[in-house]
Amino acid sequence: MMDKYSLLHKIGLYTSIALFITFMLLPFVEMFIASLRPLTHLFSRPDVPLGETMSFVDFMSRFWSDKMSFQAYRDMWVTVPQLPRYIFNSVFLATAVTFFSMCFIVPAAYAYARFDFRGKTTSLTLFLAVNMFSGAVLLIPLYKLLRLYGLLNTYWAMIIPGVAFLIPTGIWLLKSFLEKIPYELEEAAFVDGASRLYTLRRVILPLAVPGLIVVGVAMFIGAYAQQFLFAITFNQDRDYMPLPAGIFEFIGYQRVLWNEMMAASLVGILPVLLIFLFMQKHLISGLTSGAVKE
Amino acid sequence: MSSLIQMLKPKTKAQTATLFAWTLIAPAALCIFLVVVWPLYETFRLSFTNSNLGTLMGGADFVGWENYEKAIGGRKFPSIVTRTFYWMFLSVGLKIILGLIGATLLASNIRARGIFRALVMPPWIVPIAIGCFGWLWLYNGHFGLLSSFSEMVGITNGPFSFLAYKQSAFYSAVVTDVWIGTPMVTLFFLAAIQGVPKDLYEAAYVDGASRWYRFRRITMPQIMPTVISMALLSAIWTFNSFEIIWILTEGGPRGATTTLIIDTFKTAIFSYKFGAGATRAVLVCLLLGVFSLIYLTVLGWLGKKYGYEGVQK
Repeated sequence: MMDKYSLLHKIGLYTSIALFITFMLLPFVEMFIASLRPLTHLFSRPDVPLGETMSFVDFMSRFWSDKMSFQAYRDMWVTVPQLPRYIFNSVFLATAVTFFSMCFIVPAAYAYARFDFRGKTTSLTLFLAVNMFSGAVLLIPLYKLLRLYGLLNTYWAMIIPGVAFLIPTGIWLLKSFLEKIPYELEEAAFVDGASRLYTLRRVILPLAVPGLIVVGVAMFIGAYAQQFLFAITFNQDRDYMPLPAGIFEFIGYQRVLWNEMMAASLVGILPVLLIFLFMQKHLISGLTSGAVKE
Repeated sequence: MSSLIQMLKPKTKAQTATLFAWTLIAPAALCIFLVVVWPLYETFRLSFTNSNLGTLMGGADFVGWENYEKAIGGRKFPSIVTRTFYWMFLSVGLKIILGLIGATLLASNIRARGIFRALVMPPWIVPIAIGCFGWLWLYNGHFGLLSSFSEMVGITNGPFSFLAYKQSAFYSAVVTDVWIGTPMVTLFFLAAIQGVPKDLYEAAYVDGASRWYRFRRITMPQIMPTVISMALLSAIWTFNSFEIIWILTEGGPRGATTTLIIDTFKTAIFSYKFGAGATRAVLVCLLLGVFSLIYLTVLGWLGKKYGYEGVQK
């Protein structure tokens, strides 16, 4: 009864949702349309006499053309021959960051989920406080550190800072998953004489697989999203450049190849979008389960 | 030597647990120490030197408070700080309001809810830089969608470059920032709303409470802890937001979108004034620290007075 809506309510609800989603998706739709339009059409304007407003037909003609094609999706590989490399780098960097950050996150999250020890709350708070500092604040010493170890202009220059800034959130997320695994299972293993490490490996981790996947996907998305800053400051080598930095090559001296740039952007986000598509149900419920008080 | 081993050897069960727990945490802690804690200290130290490209690896002179005097005494500094806070309050405020609206809509009992929920997420999933390229095209003066649209409805006369004028560039950057930040806020508010016990609503419904009344008197107080912590987190991220402004305007036109973080980046990385840049970085941390402290104190005080649970851990 309570959740029934009148017709008027329903119309209002759906309209509001439509508006909300339009705002969220409009840039992607426009990116897609731009990627289909030939450059000449992209850079044409209907003749609107001075002082007159543009008509609706003229407005629509800006976004629709008979010559629309997927040509830009073919041409972009020629304009920027390094493009496959950039996309590979993006995926590779995100995968590496996910792998290394999970290596740090899993043991730490397990410790926070299972043990009571001196300095638990303090250290957890300190971990979360890392969120206060963005990479942009720490660029100078990080640059120094990476240069000292000769890591500038390598993959490591983007992996190391990427990993560190994901660890706190990862610990916090995984901890809430591990807390849900009943403690009795571990006790049973202990009674049978299993060591702590054996218990972690053979009892906890298999049970934690759904949680591990959700946190892993969240880390991958985070790693994929955060590449730009570290890439433009710590790396000048085009061979290691991830896509968000490489895409600037479509901005030429003469003109910007907008259609190809949009096409490359859309192809570049395909990996995360696909992962999200397959995982979204688990991801949305998984990410929020830690945020709600029991 | 043997006494040291004796000392380190755990004696009680609690000590074994502590030792084991810290062994598990050590790698993560070490990584954070190397990449965050040490650089933080180093930033602080550098902020008192005149370090530049030549002296980055050592040999910079200690200059005392000179960098701070120059930075704070600079002609542009007050306006940059004001702009940064204005940017933060405006953007976070909009994200919270939109997030609340979005979460309420998505929590309602409608068909295809799951699809709508998934459709809201892309701005958050996609790399920030790539989302910004899309907005760059949208804001384009001659050929962009927004310019044409405002021409059609008659807001502007002729093409209008959103990123070319001081005012419009600033608010355009805010819109993009809100676009990127809203999905996550929505998601967490949605989770909080779903965590509110159903019987509270039923009891209110039986007593004849309207929808709006139920939202105001049940939903809002119940999700207040989430709103409070989300607002703080979002404020910190927005304050530190770099990529969006950098890609859209690089802090321009004529400094209209230069926030503290952009100023820091420009000083340090573009002008190679590492000392002066580090000073700005320290100021960013200080301002954020002071802001968080005030925020938490005021809300803690309000919470005591009005009975909110305060900030969620």
